Amino acid sequence: MDTMRERFASVTSRLLDEDPRLAVVLADIGVDGFAGAARRHPERVVNVGIREQLLIGVGGGLALTGLRPIMHTFASFLVERPFEQVKLDFGHQGVGGVLVSAGGSYDWPSGGFTHMAPGDIGLLDTLDGWTVHVPGHPDEAETLLRHAAAAGDDKVYVRLSVQVNAAPRPVDGVGFRTVREGRGGVVIAVGPMLDNVLAATEGLDVTVLYATTVRPFDAAGLRAATGAADAADVVIVEPYLAGTSTRFANEALEDRPHRVLGLGVGRQELRRFGQLDEHLAAHGLDPRGLRERIAGFVPARTGQ
Amino acid sequence: MTHATTHVMTEPATGSTTEVAADIPAALPTHTGRPIEFAELPALMSLMTGDEKHGPAATSTLDALWVLYDRVLRVSPGTVADPERDRFLLSKGHGPMAYYAVLAAKGFFPVDWLPGFGSYDSPLGHHPDRQLVPGVEIGSGSLGHGLPLAVGTALGLRAQGRPGPAVWVLIGDAELDEGSNHEALAYAGAAGLDRLHTLVIDNSSATHGWRGGIASRFESAGWSVATVDGRDHQALYAAYNAPHPGRPHAVIARVEPKNA
Repeated sequence: MDTMRERFASVTSRLLDEDPRLAVVLADIGVDGFAGAARRHPERVVNVGIREQLLIGVGGGLALTGLRPIMHTFASFLVERPFEQVKLDFGHQGVGGVLVSAGGSYDWPSGGFTHMAPGDIGLLDTLDGWTVHVPGHPDEAETLLRHAAAAGDDKVYVRLSVQVNAAPRPVDGVGFRTVREGRGGVVIAVGPMLDNVLAATEGLDVTVLYATTVRPFDAAGLRAATGAADAADVVIVEPYLAGTSTRFANEALEDRPHRVLGLGVGRQELRRFGQLDEHLAAHGLDPRGLRERIAGFVPARTGQ
Repeated sequence: MTHATTHVMTEPATGSTTEVAADIPAALPTHTGRPIEFAELPALMSLMTGDEKHGPAATSTLDALWVLYDRVLRVSPGTVADPERDRFLLSKGHGPMAYYAVLAAKGFFPVDWLPGFGSYDSPLGHHPDRQLVPGVEIGSGSLGHGLPLAVGTALGLRAQGRPGPAVWVLIGDAELDEGSNHEALAYAGAAGLDRLHTLVIDNSSATHGWRGGIASRFESAGWSVATVDGRDHQALYAAYNAPHPGRPHAVIARVEPKNA
């Protein structure tokens, strides 16, 4: 199986062949995957060098002429470093584009904190109108990238990761999907967290929703799921900063008593290298850590 | 000058004026009539108050902007949405009074918008907003965004097979402090973006100056460069029209120092 990034390069290269409105902007990261596309479309595959402010500014300029730019680099250099460019060169100018990140929260743990961006979606949440896709499998990434490319002048962020679920699930680029039904609470698993959530909630009487499009937040889907459950107890398990979506769940359930537990990556810098699994465990996002937090939060009505 | 009178703006969509502000000098044309001349721009600028802090920034650009809009740019109120129009991006959004005066003089919006400058109901902010003002290509104010956007605009036009439109961006010598400009000018030179033009208004306001000169930054990045007196209309015109095949072009317009 290819990685999400490899799929991004192959799918987007095909989309460039099909849609003359699309353009790819790179900043030295991911260039090899677009070598063929750059030969076929030299004026719509632009590598600006290691210049991330320019990466976003050029995207904004392309959009001002009517093109749909797809900008790509690691999340920390795509969203965090040029954040004001994202805010002004897209939002304030009133133009759209697609940001496709790699690296996620700790895809390259031995690379250290400089290459970790657990706060990317929290930052985008300070802005208006960004659609956010968090695929959990390369096949889902392909579907969501196609949605993003075709989404008119929308502003879309697609968060790719090496953390994946074993099998793809159908995704529609809009709402949450019910994967398991129960009566003792609702657990929302975002993208690559699904497999660990399913393992952690084995035998618990909870509904599991799978979320790959997290903005706009599927409030109706969550309300429907909690309506079917006995109590509005909600756990959100996100592969980025813990609590990022808690506010959205609270707003979705503001007319009824509810509790929300937000699980995800902690703020504290671990100053550890190692492997992805070790970072998942350190943040309590492995099946054991999740089981402990979720079982302690939902009503004790476990078992069959 | 104060503006105690109630001011009702012309609606951009309909062009119908319901009330003309009482404080517009009677001699100035308030609607499409005879052309407004350069000599009348100070009177237009004096209609805008409340941003005196940026007065020097405003007047520094006046001649350079006028020559561009009067003799060089192929854009008019009727072509603000034409894909083949020339683009002018005001990156140095501080002190936009000269810019607004020139746009009003050229009929992009009515002169009677000017006295509302900076007020809640006015489309004319102390930094321009492209969503509110006809003919304004970018919203600016935060320094260092215009040149990267202009690079993207030039790339976008090229990718769509539109070699006709020229792309112009105006920055200030102090704005050049922003690192994003250096990302953009280095790349533009390397990419040979010959439809891109940067107009640098140099009023010696950069805190640490530019040792070796501003022109050298552009030259070493592969740009064509002309340095001229920013008050000399004929020199500006010549510099704007200098041929620069295969290279982007920078015009450094030197004006009196801001703090002189």
